[in-house]
Amino acid sequence: MISLPAPKPEVLARRDAILADLARLLPADAVIGETLRLRPYETDGLSAYRQIPLAVVLPRTTQEVASVLRYCNANGIRVVPRGAGTSLSGGALPLADAVVIGLMRMNRIREINLEDRYAIVEAGVTNIGITKAVEGDGFFYAPDPSSQLACMIGGNVMMNSGGAHCLKYGVTANNLLGLTFVTIEGEIIEIGGRHLDSAGYDWLGLITGSEGQLGMVTEVTVRILRGPEGARAMLAAFDSVEVAGAAVDAIIGSGIIPVALEFMDKPCIHACEAFAHAGYPLDAEAMLIIEVEGSIAEQDMLLDRIRGICARFKPTSMKVAESAEQSAAIWKGRKGAFGAVGRISPDYLCMDGTIPTGELPHVLKRIGEMSVQYGLAVANVFHAGDGNLHPLIMFDANDAESFHKAEAFGADILTLCVEVGGCLTGEHGVGVEKRDLMTKQFTAPELDLQRAVKSAFDPEWLLNTAKVFPLAGNPKIAA
Amino acid sequence: MNISAPDTEEALAGEVARAHAAREPLAIEGRGTKRAMLRPVQAARTLSTRNLTGITLYRPTELMIRARAGTSIPEIEAALAENNQQFVAEPPDLRVLFGADEAATLGGVVSANLSGPRRIMWGAMRDHVLGIRAVTGEGAIFRSGGRVLKNVTGLDLCKLLSGAHGTLGVLTEVTLKVLPAAEATGTLAIRVPDVATGVAALSAALGSPYGVSGAALLMEGHDALGMDGPVAIARIEDFAESVAYRLGRLRADLAAHGEISQMDGAPARSIWRAVRDAEPLGAAPEDAIWRLSVAPSEAARATESLRLAFGAKLMLDWGGGLIWVAGPAREQAHGAVMQAAAAAGGTFTLFRAPASLAASVPVLPEEPLPLAAIARRVKATLDPGGVLNPGRMRV
Ligand SMILES: Cc1cc2nc3c(=O)[nH]c(=O)nc-3n(C[C@H](O)[C@H](O)[C@H](O)COP(=O)(O)OP(=O)(O)OC[C@H]3O[C@@H](n4cnc5c(N)ncnc54)[C@H](O)[C@@H]3O)c2cc1C
Repeated sequence: MISLPAPKPEVLARRDAILADLARLLPADAVIGETLRLRPYETDGLSAYRQIPLAVVLPRTTQEVASVLRYCNANGIRVVPRGAGTSLSGGALPLADAVVIGLMRMNRIREINLEDRYAIVEAGVTNIGITKAVEGDGFFYAPDPSSQLACMIGGNVMMNSGGAHCLKYGVTANNLLGLTFVTIEGEIIEIGGRHLDSAGYDWLGLITGSEGQLGMVTEVTVRILRGPEGARAMLAAFDSVEVAGAAVDAIIGSGIIPVALEFMDKPCIHACEAFAHAGYPLDAEAMLIIEVEGSIAEQDMLLDRIRGICARFKPTSMKVAESAEQSAAIWKGRKGAFGAVGRISPDYLCMDGTIPTGELPHVLKRIGEMSVQYGLAVANVFHAGDGNLHPLIMFDANDAESFHKAEAFGADILTLCVEVGGCLTGEHGVGVEKRDLMTKQFTAPELDLQRAVKSAFDPEWLLNTAKVFPLAGNPKIAA
Repeated sequence: MNISAPDTEEALAGEVARAHAAREPLAIEGRGTKRAMLRPVQAARTLSTRNLTGITLYRPTELMIRARAGTSIPEIEAALAENNQQFVAEPPDLRVLFGADEAATLGGVVSANLSGPRRIMWGAMRDHVLGIRAVTGEGAIFRSGGRVLKNVTGLDLCKLLSGAHGTLGVLTEVTLKVLPAAEATGTLAIRVPDVATGVAALSAALGSPYGVSGAALLMEGHDALGMDGPVAIARIEDFAESVAYRLGRLRADLAAHGEISQMDGAPARSIWRAVRDAEPLGAAPEDAIWRLSVAPSEAARATESLRLAFGAKLMLDWGGGLIWVAGPAREQAHGAVMQAAAAAGGTFTLFRAPASLAASVPVLPEEPLPLAAIARRVKATLDPGGVLNPGRMRV
């Protein structure tokens, strides 16, 4: 288990007074203090960790967010920003002495401009909500995390979330123009704007992916893109992981960048097939889902080329979708992968390391060995084009021993990712989950440098305390 | 000039550490090709990365290349071309603009976050920086990012240093994402009466499903196009079949905007190289050059005000969102640029100017006070002695 810092006793002791102060700053319905109503906020997508916060506030405006932050800063109270709470790394996990600032009520779309291709939305608008607002005109917001029905753009910004289509369209950071940013002092700052590449330091880039460590985001200006004429997927199965990896290399080496290039190993194929009946080949050791875009003729041209490349690697089967419906069927299994694994094992940890793609066979072999060693099953989904690996480690949450093993297994996988030249997290963030592994990837002085940058924004370390940085070495935190 | 150009990272870090101890400011540069960019640096000594050269890791199938900061851009381009790959952001070659006789270095281009026409579709230079090694103003070596395409581990100092013009650290090695070079390039040229119509045509092109990877407006046309007067140009880069198909569709879609002609192959590529390097701007050697970034629909008003104020020479890229401006290197002209950027809700850079102008005006927009305070604290963290490029970006 990862430890949380000792709550500040003076803050706990003043709980009632703090709630009363918050109720003066915000409308009555925006402050939550009763335990029963705090419970829905006690965890996020990393549900093995739970903590009831001191209070939850649900502001509706940037001004309200600013006044809460100003108050908390003046009174030394920690804050935990929260969007939809789907973080898989415990990024939105509360602390006992913290005020959770939830932005789900800031869910208005402020402006859509198709001519200049941007949308300005409040931080609590869901990821899919942006696309829904512009798809009638043929546009979309590109980063598409699998949690897109629930997760909010503010959370996406803070986690720099990716999706299945980021090989072509980039991750959140590559699709932003501006932010309304509120500092812990309650200052409201416009970062960027409706244009590309502001002159001066790249605050937009630094804040994106900063996991609530630097300030809060209340509005986001995103780029919206015109959708392609169409898209279609194919599936290619192979009898070894190595061969599937070599096929991926050959596709990329041919100069084709598919919009999506997903890889599943045998346990994952089986889980997804049982769940979605997508017609996945159960005899294969590894399977690729490859999607291309364009007119029907262009799709045919690209899929022909890719089929030709895959054929050189003696696939055990290939299936090219003939229609949008068949494409959707191919994707159905992949999109439901987490749910499918959840059916086999109600509890699983979703890992998120990235590796150089050439290391895939070696890494999967090692993960297989560790799985035997720990006695825990694992299924692997992989964004093959960009090296982002999601091993799903299955365990039994009713058995503490099993959970500890799962955590240790996960840590070993992530350490391996770093050893082969990759990193701890490709898109889910460090949160609490990988906090103590940061020393595997960074030296102590490198971590101190990052801490100092945080201190430049948040001198008292009140913002999302106890996440991202190992506790030992953090200023202002008693472990 | 007193230049030191160490050939190892450790030696370079040592130089910075000594400068820090002595509180002796350093001008940081690669080959110094962009010395005239932004403000003149107040430093008696120059520290150059020009001898930190060489590609250290290149994995074409992993779409990544790593090189030491002093490696020249043409050397990297050549290595990429051997594998039919290219820089994603299409960084400009500013030799002509800055009267430099050497090619730029990787470290310089990343430090200035320079991106060309492809920025509009594929992102800026900083979007493709996967990892860095750098030296702080105290002489400490640090890394951020790595070599993989997706990485959200810790604060992204790669982004912070890209575009920081050497004021927050000296880049010693950069790892970049690269992409396959397209098989074919095609361009449509649309003769338009004015900026507003030109930008509208480019917006229509960028709002089409055809993947336009370049969208510029040349005010005086271009010889290669055989058109004079304002000409909007839109580029498609893809497989040959796709380029042919998409240009045909786009041509039909854009017909209402003006007379259209089509260009393929080498002439199409050469015109985009010219746009990338801001040649059609037609800046005279004594002119100052500015870059404004605005929402494209603001471009018509902004350019009109600049023309009225000082007869600005103009070129637009990024669908009208990037306005290149040339004009007299005088405070009055600079004031007009600042005003136009502010009125458009955008941003400006005094890109090239004689020291007499650059030293006496803000070369970038002022930051709001709370942000300026954060910036000072960040600077104090990475360069507590203030030895790295003092005065480069702001007084
Ligand atoms: C089933 C499932 C599938 C997933 N698939 C993907 C995927 O494909 N790709 C991917 O990248 N992620 C994925 N995720 C992870 C998660 O959805 C993303 O990290 C998402 O961006 C979190 O958004 P949220 O609104 O839920 O944020 P939260 O979980 O509420 O918060 C995330 C972090 O941001 C901070 N934060 C939130 N809002 C703000 C704000 N306005 N200002 C400052 N800080 C803030 C929080 O403190 C926390 O640290 C998945 C999660 C689940 C449960």
